[in-house]
Amino acid sequence: MKVVGLVAVNVFKESVRDKVLYSIIAFAILLIASSLLIGNLTAGQDIKIIKDLGLASISIFGLLIAIFIGIGLVWKEVEKRSIYTLLPKPMRRQDFLLGKYCGLVLTLVINISIMTAAFYVVLAFMKQFEPANISVTAAAPATDPAMLKAVVLIVLELMLVTAIAVFFSTFSSPFLSALLTAGLWVAGHFNADLRNFGAVVRSPTLAHVTRAIYYVLPNFAAFDIKSQVVHAQAVPVSYLGVTFAYGLAYIVFVLTGAAMIFSRRDFK
Amino acid sequence: MDAIRTEGLTKHYKVGFWRPRPYLALDSLTLHVNQGEVFGFLGPNGAGKTTTLKLLMQLIYPTSGRAEILGRPVGDLSVKHRIGYLPEHPYFYDYLTAEELLEYFAALFGYAPSERRARASRLLDDVGIGAERRLQLRKFSKGMLQRVGIAQALINDPEVVFLDEPMSGLDPIGRREIREMILRLRDGGTTVFFSSHVLSDAETLCSRVAIMAKGRLVTAGALADMLAFQARGWELVVSGLTDAVLAAAKARGDVITATAVGPGRFALELPLKPAPERTLAALVAQGASLVSLTPIRDTLEDYFVKQVSGATGSRFLETA
Repeated sequence: MKVVGLVAVNVFKESVRDKVLYSIIAFAILLIASSLLIGNLTAGQDIKIIKDLGLASISIFGLLIAIFIGIGLVWKEVEKRSIYTLLPKPMRRQDFLLGKYCGLVLTLVINISIMTAAFYVVLAFMKQFEPANISVTAAAPATDPAMLKAVVLIVLELMLVTAIAVFFSTFSSPFLSALLTAGLWVAGHFNADLRNFGAVVRSPTLAHVTRAIYYVLPNFAAFDIKSQVVHAQAVPVSYLGVTFAYGLAYIVFVLTGAAMIFSRRDFK
Repeated sequence: MDAIRTEGLTKHYKVGFWRPRPYLALDSLTLHVNQGEVFGFLGPNGAGKTTTLKLLMQLIYPTSGRAEILGRPVGDLSVKHRIGYLPEHPYFYDYLTAEELLEYFAALFGYAPSERRARASRLLDDVGIGAERRLQLRKFSKGMLQRVGIAQALINDPEVVFLDEPMSGLDPIGRREIREMILRLRDGGTTVFFSSHVLSDAETLCSRVAIMAKGRLVTAGALADMLAFQARGWELVVSGLTDAVLAAAKARGDVITATAVGPGRFALELPLKPAPERTLAALVAQGASLVSLTPIRDTLEDYFVKQVSGATGSRFLETA
């Protein structure tokens, strides 16, 4: 496990020295700040709009980091041949892969922490200018800690996206990996439709096939509780627990597949 | 126990998209390398040298056959702790400095932080990387990267070190320094297995060599014992030689050809027999002085050309 940690720290070091990453963070913070402006356009709804935009920004920019760095994690090592000096060192291939994955997750967690902190600062700032009568009628306080539940599930979702990106990058090109990962993310957000597809078709076979696809595809919609927390709806701890277990199980499954492919791959 | 042993090591690649055909990258390589020797793995480009090294490093898997390093299967973690590897045209994380890279690799071997720093510093000194060690590797020239590559291959004081074209990209001074380093490693008991397509590197360093062509082992053994590289005559350069003495030597059959290279100075081609010492003694007795005496033999390049032009078979295998 020590090797996994060393590889992970090196991935983090790379992302810290990568100027593209800084620009993404800067852009995310800029977008959250711009929500101040948009909030001003909607009388009495400033805080709610900022919450919506802020959480969506954290999710989208995290997704961009997860996909675009995730697909290059293994590919870049192979393409630039740095893997030739690394794999003969005392490590197993699966440790290398797990280290790369953990490094990107560490990067994501730190980035999302920065974005979340900026998000709460903006909300706290806006709260100062909110009229008292609107504060009283608001469903939830401006800096509602319950929003952290949504952030935690965003992190879990992005951990799964990263695992899928790493899985594809063990055997395909970055372009194809990005396409497949993004495709799965979109399908995973709308796969509730697949579950209900059986009700609108007459073919039982088709109904079974779509239901099977529903179960196989990652259910990304389950990680999305942004709307509930913004509207101060209760999110039970049991729901968080089940979603967490589901996410971790799926991550383990995907990474095991990635490790199996990576372990047998020839680096020509 | 051999340092390296391969038996029937074979690698085919599938080439082509619509109708993939197996391409013979390495054909049944059986080889052994003794501990403590400097072994040259020679051959022209595409001979299968890098394929063999990648198989030994388990960067690729064999189609058939097996390979062992220090009596254990390749890829075994205990073996990885005891070997070092320099790939051909090495590339490293260019966002790291040379120091950071070596310390990172030392950490992978489990060394404590103070030991990592000490090893990195000593090896960078050994390969001639000075203050540049604190620059990011993206600012390094090809030759400097090669030096860093050699340093990282030695970070764990390996018992067996594999160097793929170690002289590549180095200037004459760098080549000499690396040659000296390889000899120091040998004197310290390290087994050095290095690939090259330059005979002079092998001649000055190797106790034994293997010569590859088109994915097949052509021959293996001591260079001096190989028929192709045995002397087929001598080139003797002398000064103070008179025309009369030269004519007499030619008449006796001691000299085959003579080329004037200056006033009274000649390059003489002598037959393998009689021994050149006898001819030289006769010439010196008549006023000539020795300038140089060198054996005449094929170069590795000549040998490659013969082997490669002689081997006409396709490296694509027939598919059923």
